[in-house]
Amino acid sequence: MRTRITWGRLLAWVVLWFFVLATVLPFYWMLRTAFSDNQALAAQSFSLLPADLTLGPFKRVFGLATPEEAMAEGGSGASLSFWLYLRNSLVVATAVTVGQVLFSSMAAYAFARLSWPGRDAWFAVFLGALLVPPIFTSLPNFLTIKSLGLLNTLPGIMLPSLFMTPFAIFFMRQFFLGIPKEIDEAAMIDGAKPWRIFFRIILPISAAPVTTLGILTFINTWNDYFWPLLVGQTEESKVLTVALGVFRSQTPQGAPDWAGLMAASLVAALPIVILYAVFGRRVINSIGFSGIK
Amino acid sequence: MTTAAVARRPRNQLLPALGMIAPAALGFLVFYLYPTLRGAYLSFTEYNVLGSPVFVGLRNYVDMAQDDVFWNAVRVTFLYVVLNIGFQTVLAVGLAVLMHRLTKSVLIRGSLLLPYLIANVVVALLWFWMLDFNIGIVNAVIDAVGLPKVAFFGDEAWTVATIAGVNTWRHLGYTALLVFAGLQMIPASVYEAAAVDGAGEWRTFWRITLPLLRPVLVLVLVITVTGAFQVFDTVAVTTAGGPGNASRVLQLYIYEQAFARGHFGYASAMSVVLFLVLAGAAFAQMRLLRAGESDLT
Repeated sequence: MRTRITWGRLLAWVVLWFFVLATVLPFYWMLRTAFSDNQALAAQSFSLLPADLTLGPFKRVFGLATPEEAMAEGGSGASLSFWLYLRNSLVVATAVTVGQVLFSSMAAYAFARLSWPGRDAWFAVFLGALLVPPIFTSLPNFLTIKSLGLLNTLPGIMLPSLFMTPFAIFFMRQFFLGIPKEIDEAAMIDGAKPWRIFFRIILPISAAPVTTLGILTFINTWNDYFWPLLVGQTEESKVLTVALGVFRSQTPQGAPDWAGLMAASLVAALPIVILYAVFGRRVINSIGFSGIK
Repeated sequence: MTTAAVARRPRNQLLPALGMIAPAALGFLVFYLYPTLRGAYLSFTEYNVLGSPVFVGLRNYVDMAQDDVFWNAVRVTFLYVVLNIGFQTVLAVGLAVLMHRLTKSVLIRGSLLLPYLIANVVVALLWFWMLDFNIGIVNAVIDAVGLPKVAFFGDEAWTVATIAGVNTWRHLGYTALLVFAGLQMIPASVYEAAAVDGAGEWRTFWRITLPLLRPVLVLVLVITVTGAFQVFDTVAVTTAGGPGNASRVLQLYIYEQAFARGHFGYASAMSVVLFLVLAGAAFAQMRLLRAGESDLT
């Protein structure tokens, strides 16, 4: 009896570890390929170590390799400016995170803790926006950004998600509803106005959910592809995801620069991995709750 | 709660409230409400972005009904959703149950969640490389064990399944964690009672875990199905709809009609249809949810 259970548990552990390895190993393969000489990949397709270890792919991605060097390692020789794309992604994701979290928190505070006529009805209307799929609003939003003269600019990429998302308001409102009423009532007796209460009391004690929301917003914005593809097509306005898509289609049909592509992918993934390494527990614990997303 | 609060606090806080929702309201009106109405209107027009929209009644919808590429896109999208959601949900439930029974390790959960946090584009390119016909590791292994190589992205018979598989890999951990959160809400006493009655693991899963999990499962399905219908990134950076039209999913076709051909009205009409399909799918699943609640209590 005892052995049977132990064997069952052992099998269960084996299956679980199979899934963990199947999840993690492809990332190792990305890393391994990114440090390989593209010309040597074909001959060493099984090697667990990089094929002829080199920093060449990263040099190509950041435009530090001369065309000859790039060609010698199987690059296309086309010049890339990933510094620029990296900067664009950072600017867009940071601005959207700050704007969306601040403005959504303000709105959530008004919806959760101020009393004014029509409050709950308006909240329901805002929340209704959750039902509209992004593709549906993307085409008209493209036209709006175009008529604002913001096509191919970073503000054009930021604007639609800079002020709110229904999810962000919902998320913060849930938290604000749980704060004891006595806290702002006491402040109000002392003569504090709602703005002051929000910035001096409510926001500081909400550091934890604000951080969680900020991380989730940053990751989503960093990873977004469809919207920046519509409105950020020029070199100056391309973000990393869009640049990656172009990089892939630029590689000649015969022998793609796999090593360069994986190096570029790694550059695009690394900030998220670092963020995750620091705030991982917070992200994981938010999953059950952010499920409505 | 509201009435009590108002009674204690008769002051109307309308002015500060308006100030506080002002930025969010601006974003909502300009980038959510207005485009929703405008998108619906544009679907009844012919519009190539340069001139102004010309009202054409239902013509876009009539054209759509006769457009083979559209119907193909609908078929491909549904096939993708069925394959992706099918694999993903079954595996996620299995994985969640394993985690629930074996470990609370944050490291394991964290590893499983990782692909979900990485951009679709990056994940797509990673698998595009690993599944490459000539020198990708997967085909190298297939070749080494003596099987014929597979053109995962290039063979019409494989391409949708491959894309569904790649996105299953990306979403599996996330879906499993959602289910895992649901499992933690099932009281331990239920399992203890089952153990006292001598129910084995297998029987406990089918008779207790799965029925009690049903409301959470439906919620998870609504989220994942809605996302799956809007598949775009993975297709756009790998096959771009090919070979032929084999992976031309609905959102890619909408994108091409609007931005490659300038058929904004037609593209809007198709996104109206996609919107309705999503709403219908969500509604059908919510009906299931209500049915699930009855056998809970």
